[in-house]
Amino acid sequence: MDSSNQADQSLETLRDIRRMMERSSRFISLSGLSGVSAGCCALVGAWIASGLLRPYTGGALALESGYRSGNANELRLQIILLAGAVLLAALTSSMYFTWRKARKNGLPIWDHTAKKLLINIAIPLGTGGLFVLGLYYHTEWPMIAPSCLIFYGLALVNASKYTLTDIRYLGILEIILGCINMYYAEWGLYFWALGFGVLHIIYGLIMWWKYERGAAIKERG
Amino acid sequence: MKNPIGNLNKVFDSRIRMGVMSILLVNEEISFNDLKKLLELTDGNLASHLINLEENGYIKVHKGFIGRKTNTTYSITRAGEKAFKDHIEALEGMIRGMK
Repeated sequence: MDSSNQADQSLETLRDIRRMMERSSRFISLSGLSGVSAGCCALVGAWIASGLLRPYTGGALALESGYRSGNANELRLQIILLAGAVLLAALTSSMYFTWRKARKNGLPIWDHTAKKLLINIAIPLGTGGLFVLGLYYHTEWPMIAPSCLIFYGLALVNASKYTLTDIRYLGILEIILGCINMYYAEWGLYFWALGFGVLHIIYGLIMWWKYERGAAIKERG
Repeated sequence: MKNPIGNLNKVFDSRIRMGVMSILLVNEEISFNDLKKLLELTDGNLASHLINLEENGYIKVHKGFIGRKTNTTYSITRAGEKAFKDHIEALEGMIRGMK
C-alpha cells in the first residue's frame, strides 16, 4: 500500500468516527422547514389575536386598555383557545417536517438522542409554562409575552447541546427580544409575533439553506 | 524511521469496534438496542464485538431491568478512553506524516 493511499484511509476512518459521535449524541433530523411552518402558524395566530383584540383596544396599537375592559372574560377564553390551537398546529406541522427529514435520511425519529433533546427542552419550557400560568393567575397580563419569549429562548439554548448547535443563536435572540419586551409591555403581541413568527421563519430558511438544500436539489436531479 | 502503523491499536481495526468506541466516548451510557440501531447490526454480530471490547477492559457492562425486560447498557472505561484517544492520535499522525 503506498503512503498517500494509507493517509486517505486514515482520513476516512476519522470521518467515520466523527460521524458516529455526532449521530449518536445529537438529534440531527430537526428540519429547517419545521421552523418555517411553526413561524407561519405563529404569525397567523397573532393576526387572528390582533383582530380579536381590536374592539377592546379601540383601534390603538397598545393592548393595555383591553386588559381592563368589562368584557374581558370572554376575550380571555378566546385568546387561550387560540393560543392552544396555534401551539397544536405549530407542533404538528414541525413534527411532520422533522419526521420527513429523518425518514429521508434513514434515521430513527424516536431514539435516545430525541429523548435527551425532549427532556432538556421540557425542563425550562415546562417551568416557563407554569410561570406563565402563575402570571395569568395574578393577572399580570403584560408580562406574559416577554416571559414566553425568555423561557422559550432559555429552552432553545439548553437544547443546542443535544441537536444542531445553530439553534443556540435563535435562543439567544428570543431571550434578548423577551428582555426588551419587558419594558415595552404594551407591544407584547408584536414582540410575540416577531419572536415566534418572524425569527422562526428566518431561522428555518437559514437552516434549510445550510443543511437541506443540497439534498433537495439532488432529489430533483 | 518509525513504523507508521505501529501506534495503531489492533482492537480498533474493526469498523464495528471503532464505531462502538466513538459512540461511547460521547455518550455516558448507551443501551444494547440503541447501539444496534446506530450501527445497523444484528444481535449476534454486535454481541461478539462487545465481548471483545469488554475482555480488553475498554468497556463496562451494566445489566439492569426495565420492568421485566432486561436492559443492558455499556459505558467506556478509563483505559478504553485512553486507548481510543491514542488510536485517533496515531491516525492523525499518519495523515500529517504523509502530507
